[in-house]
Amino acid sequence: MHIMEGFLPVRDAVLWSAITFPFVALGLNSIKKQVKNKPELKMLLGVSAAFTFVMSALKIPSVTGSSSHPTGIGLGTILFGPLTMVPIGAVVLLFQALLLAHGGLTTLGANIFSMAIVGPFAAAVIFYLTKKIKFPLSVSIFFASSIANILTYITTSVQLALAFPDAAGGFTTSFIKFATVFAFTQIPLAIIEGLLTVMIFNMLVKYNLNNNLNYNLSNNLSDNS
Amino acid sequence: MRYLLNKNLLILLFVFILLVLPFFLVKKTTLSEGEELFLGTDDKAKSLIKELSPNYKPWFTSVFEPPSGEISSLLFSLQAAIGAGFIGYYFGFSRGRKSIKIKEE
Repeated sequence: MHIMEGFLPVRDAVLWSAITFPFVALGLNSIKKQVKNKPELKMLLGVSAAFTFVMSALKIPSVTGSSSHPTGIGLGTILFGPLTMVPIGAVVLLFQALLLAHGGLTTLGANIFSMAIVGPFAAAVIFYLTKKIKFPLSVSIFFASSIANILTYITTSVQLALAFPDAAGGFTTSFIKFATVFAFTQIPLAIIEGLLTVMIFNMLVKYNLNNNLNYNLSNNLSDNS
Repeated sequence: MRYLLNKNLLILLFVFILLVLPFFLVKKTTLSEGEELFLGTDDKAKSLIKELSPNYKPWFTSVFEPPSGEISSLLFSLQAAIGAGFIGYYFGFSRGRKSIKIKEE
């Protein structure tokens, strides 16, 4: 889902950066507020960031014959709400842009938008809806994190199709081409991401002492079940 | 607790199967000529851009490029290690904290 450095026209690069910026600012603010209210959440916030760090570093082979990587965004979204994951995802993407030549500074806005804005907001909505129709918690977590992963890659396809429409078929043809590259490869990886998110969540519940998890689950997603 | 262990083991087993399956399902012969096995989708998107807009010239290059594939893997594993290290620290810490609390009660 990393659009490579320089591979978005100036117009698109500026546009996505401008859209992204307020979300990053709001996200930082949201983290500041949560940590101020409950300083003991810092560790859990660290775990959410660490999970994204690990997951987005792992390039995993898929049955389509290409490799791609999970995003790890779902866990932190479920624990802290979608805004919190915006700056965290941004830090990971900045790290990869600066040190790994993976993604880039000019495409940072677009990449933050797909991975750290669409990802967490999709995860939050899906988590909320699946809880609402009374899915078991682990099933909700699975769907929230795996579908968020796929939607991140679909967003990348939209971004690339907008920037590089097909000469004959325009946006739609181009979108289908990019989505074919990204989306199918992503399906098994999304399943892996969903499963691993459920696993780490199970472990967090096991060692959780002060009911921080429940506190956050009900607060950030205004869900009382 | 026992139940949780089993559940997580089952999840890990399933993840393992999903990880290994591509190596058996995808063979060099199933790919079209010149296609590299398990190439990153990011690279594939790049070639697709070149195909859709042959005249497009990237207008910015990476500030730092890992000098070789090995160095690139090193940095990727560093990223994963930092994350895994912290997660391990947290679970070790939480486990210790919980066992102390159980003793106290």
